[in-house]
Amino acid sequence: MPAPDRRTGRSGSTRRQFLLGGAVAGVGAAAAVGGDALLRAVAAEPPPAPPHGESTVPFFGPHQAGVATDAQAHGLFVALDLLDGTDRPALTRMMRILTDDAARLTRGEPALADSEPELAAAPARLTVTFGVGPRFVGRARGRAPGWLGPLPAFGVDRLQPDFSDGDLLLQIAADDPLTVAHAARMLLKDTRSFATVRWRQQGFRRAHGTVRPGTTMRNLFGQVDGTVNPVPGTPDFDEVVWSTQGWLAGGTSVVVRRIGMDLDRWDQLDRSGREQSVGRYLGNGAPLTGSREDDEPDFEATTEIGFPVIPEFSHVRRARSDDPAERIFRRSYNYDDRPVGDGISLSGLIFVSYQADVDRQFVPIQRRLDRLDLLNEWTVPVGSAVFAIPPGCDEGGFVGETLLG
Amino acid sequence: MNTWKNTRKNSRPTIAAGLLVAASFALTGCGTTAGATDAAPVGESVTLADGWVKAADSGMSAAFGRLTNEGAEDATVISATTAASTELELHETVANETGEMVMREVDGGFVVPAGGSRDLAPGGDHIMLMDLVEPLQAGDEVTFTLTFADGSTSEFTAPVKDYSGANENYVGGDDHGTGTDGTETDG
Repeated sequence: MPAPDRRTGRSGSTRRQFLLGGAVAGVGAAAAVGGDALLRAVAAEPPPAPPHGESTVPFFGPHQAGVATDAQAHGLFVALDLLDGTDRPALTRMMRILTDDAARLTRGEPALADSEPELAAAPARLTVTFGVGPRFVGRARGRAPGWLGPLPAFGVDRLQPDFSDGDLLLQIAADDPLTVAHAARMLLKDTRSFATVRWRQQGFRRAHGTVRPGTTMRNLFGQVDGTVNPVPGTPDFDEVVWSTQGWLAGGTSVVVRRIGMDLDRWDQLDRSGREQSVGRYLGNGAPLTGSREDDEPDFEATTEIGFPVIPEFSHVRRARSDDPAERIFRRSYNYDDRPVGDGISLSGLIFVSYQADVDRQFVPIQRRLDRLDLLNEWTVPVGSAVFAIPPGCDEGGFVGETLLG
Repeated sequence: MNTWKNTRKNSRPTIAAGLLVAASFALTGCGTTAGATDAAPVGESVTLADGWVKAADSGMSAAFGRLTNEGAEDATVISATTAASTELELHETVANETGEMVMREVDGGFVVPAGGSRDLAPGGDHIMLMDLVEPLQAGDEVTFTLTFADGSTSEFTAPVKDYSGANENYVGGDDHGTGTDGTETDG
């Protein structure tokens, strides 16, 4: 199936002909001085790159897109509750429809019955990733992994049902917010017979093109956030992220936690205090014992008076495990919502992590952070949800077929 | 590109086969009078891509998609059958004398020009399912058989989708039970 990269009438060649035409007219006016050379130079100029909006991420494959995909600028997370009547056959019907919608939209085509087909024309690296909760697996009469369900209760949690749990997750991400909104609208119209929206969280990173590709994101505390991450495409990433178990083989799990960040209290903290709380420099994210972002933190290093350079209570120290299995792949988004009362900010992080096994990999890290992490002074988890991310599918198949097929 | 193309047929093969047989008999009856030509049956060169059917609990519904004719001669769809509805009509949508958009049975079928295509879309041409056998639920698949003026046929399978539009008034004069004017049942 070819992924069309030009789908509008604005083809590069037309633009080039236009430029060429202008050049020829200019040559005439300039009495043909060096006209040939100019003509050749203009004609040889490569056509302008197609707009970024035409970029696509393949939908079909052994893994669902949107996990190993370099994080897009805009991410929308929608959790749904299944209606009572949505039984196993209905789940199959729903997932077939949603898969078809996602496959079409991600290649820049309207979904079937798309009432705003023009909005589908700029996919801008759109990905749609489906996750399933314990009730989905139960209705599908599948075996749920032991970790599929609410996380253990943590002392720092102040969870709201409005941002927690759910039966079906839609993670919709693209480098264009209009594309995300249209895809969400289309997909949600097609879930209406099967499920209701439970919660919805909209997040953002830097816009496409603002910083160099591969730049680690910053959160609204100004911190470089996500430095220690397995690199997609490496065996290390595959081991951390992809499951090998049963119907989930080729899939993974996602933990979506809404972390409120108290920007007003953070404002009271000076720069060195901020850096101590995390254990990294704000400037470039380097550990306090290093100079570059990717330098390994030296937890043994001490100050002249004998204190660790990277404090014991810092986020970096507490998150780090000696057990290499206790690692996750983070792909978070910022949020900045309408404040309540007389506040001026309601901001935070939609923390998103992927891992093959939540209990084995995520929970131990979160337990340590729950017991001690100075950053807890300014952050509070207000939402938490865990979903299994089924493997991808081939054209003609559907996401969830290993569970429902 | 239709991801539904290679999927299983719907779950009513027996009825479907029965209807197909009935349809073929009928075609043999009137198709032969057209006089045999050497041209390949047009049904072999016409496909319907990106097809979908509007979900409905009962009564009427409609099917849409893009008919493409890769043949050298114009193709005319004269009828459609499916196990999902006891009766089907080929409809166009036109303005009536008061300017209101209404749908009605098209005269002379859907002509798909040689090497061209014809869109069946809400608010335009469509295949009307006049009387559903059972509810059409989102994600169901429906198989249709199109019959062409030369008696040849072409089959396509389309998914059912929830859709809030396609509510044009139907001006049907004849005898299909539901009376005169009506609107499609909203899925």
